Amino acid sequence: MKNVIEMSGVSVYYDQICALDHIHLNIKEKEFLAIIGPNGGGKSTLLKVVLGLIKPDKGDVKVLGQPVRHSQSAIGYVPQFSSFDKQFPIDVTDVVLMGRLSDRIRLFHSFTKEDREIVEKVMKQLEIDGLKNRQIGQLSGGQLQRVLIARALVTNPKILMLDEPTASLDANAKTQIYAILKELNQKVTVVVVSHDMGAVSSHVNRIACLNKKLYYHGEAQLNNNVVRQVYGCPIDLIAHGIPHRVLKTHEGEVS
Amino acid sequence: MIRAVLQYDFLQNAVLSAVLASIACGIIGTIIIEKKLVMMSGGIAHTSFGGIGLGYFLNIEPIIGALVFAIGAALGIATIRRKYQTHSDVLIGMFWAVGMALGILFIAITPGYPPDMTSYLFGDILTVSPMDLWVMAALGGIILLVIALLFNYFRAYLFDEEFTTVRGIRTVFLEYMLFILISLTIVVLIRVVGIILIIALLSVPPAIARQFTYDLKKMMLSSTLLGVVFCLMGLWISYELNIASGASIILFSVLSFILVSVVKSRLQMLRKVNTDTKDTQL
Repeated sequence: MKNVIEMSGVSVYYDQICALDHIHLNIKEKEFLAIIGPNGGGKSTLLKVVLGLIKPDKGDVKVLGQPVRHSQSAIGYVPQFSSFDKQFPIDVTDVVLMGRLSDRIRLFHSFTKEDREIVEKVMKQLEIDGLKNRQIGQLSGGQLQRVLIARALVTNPKILMLDEPTASLDANAKTQIYAILKELNQKVTVVVVSHDMGAVSSHVNRIACLNKKLYYHGEAQLNNNVVRQVYGCPIDLIAHGIPHRVLKTHEGEVS
Repeated sequence: MIRAVLQYDFLQNAVLSAVLASIACGIIGTIIIEKKLVMMSGGIAHTSFGGIGLGYFLNIEPIIGALVFAIGAALGIATIRRKYQTHSDVLIGMFWAVGMALGILFIAITPGYPPDMTSYLFGDILTVSPMDLWVMAALGGIILLVIALLFNYFRAYLFDEEFTTVRGIRTVFLEYMLFILISLTIVVLIRVVGIILIIALLSVPPAIARQFTYDLKKMMLSSTLLGVVFCLMGLWISYELNIASGASIILFSVLSFILVSVVKSRLQMLRKVNTDTKDTQL
């Protein structure tokens, strides 16, 4: 399997403060990877570096073998849904259509029939076609999350990147979102950033533990030793409500 | 008053300028309150006072000075904010006060009698000149055209700047464009409601409109219509009672906002009570 994202020696500083320290991370095609770590551990920064929103101070990032700037259309980005202004006057269809805007600015742009058909299809696939005329403030958290996933999908991405996709969702909605992602994972690489270890561990096949440095990258079976290093204290590894794996012992730092 | 409008040029100018101002203010006002740029707009407006002062000092049309200063302030705030990550609050405050200070300085060093600044500060729709009208029409046309040309991109930028950037769309360009449009709008509005009262006319019509629609285009359209109503009502009140038009327009708009909000929440409460009693009956 080839690498879709390659990061080598990436460091990011905010003023004097180090957010990411020499990150080496290769993400393989069709991988379902979760990047976990404490708040302020640089997860969102790493995501933004890959998306080209932040330029790393050191190191090199390649997406599909290309430098970041030219590969943006390969990544479908799903931002944190809790950070949206839910009062904004826009309905579900118009949000999803945003994904069909191309980087070339066209005057008097209007969406084509093809755009609308693609949007319709993806909304059916994610079972949100019944909500298409709703203003986004009238959606539940799980519904809004699916709308944002739909918007990322209509861009035809090779890689789907999600920032805290299940934060502040109930257990049921969490399971639904991960089920959707698992299905999508048959066709695209999925990268999830999360601090919710419980939800992550039973759904993804690989994890990366991040707290400024990359502490662990490999199979989604963690031991307390690694977790203690990343979080700085022991953390309960038991996942609730979902059939959880037996956690193997695993020694050593980065794979 | 209708007979008076047909009779007097200055009243025809006033009505025309009310309509032009409402178009600019309906479109840009909607964007301003959705992007939370109300204070930024206030800052740009007050900075333009410096330009009016400079206009008098150099003996050129003050409104042109205001245009230059407003665009300068908009671009300055946008650039400094981007480069140094300063809180825009602090920047806006500084531009706001420095603009006013410069205005006063220029007026003070202008030879001869000091001109009367109240019409620029508080607006006087009854003294709009044909020259002002041409400037307003040209600027209003530019605003309408730019938004129509780039509507889908602007909507995406307003709703989710980060995603739009990731899609490869040049949001920096859109941001600068928007700031320039805001400064054009302010120049259009100066003659109608004045520098100090501008932010109310920019924010009240869309604030009312957004209580009734979830569609950005409809919000712009209904804000424009509301703006026309407010301006003409204010103009009528100012004509009848012989008070400054800026004050009457703003007071009338804000009273309407309060009235609409109260009535709407009352109606909602009533509806809720009704459904509640129905539920218990069932």
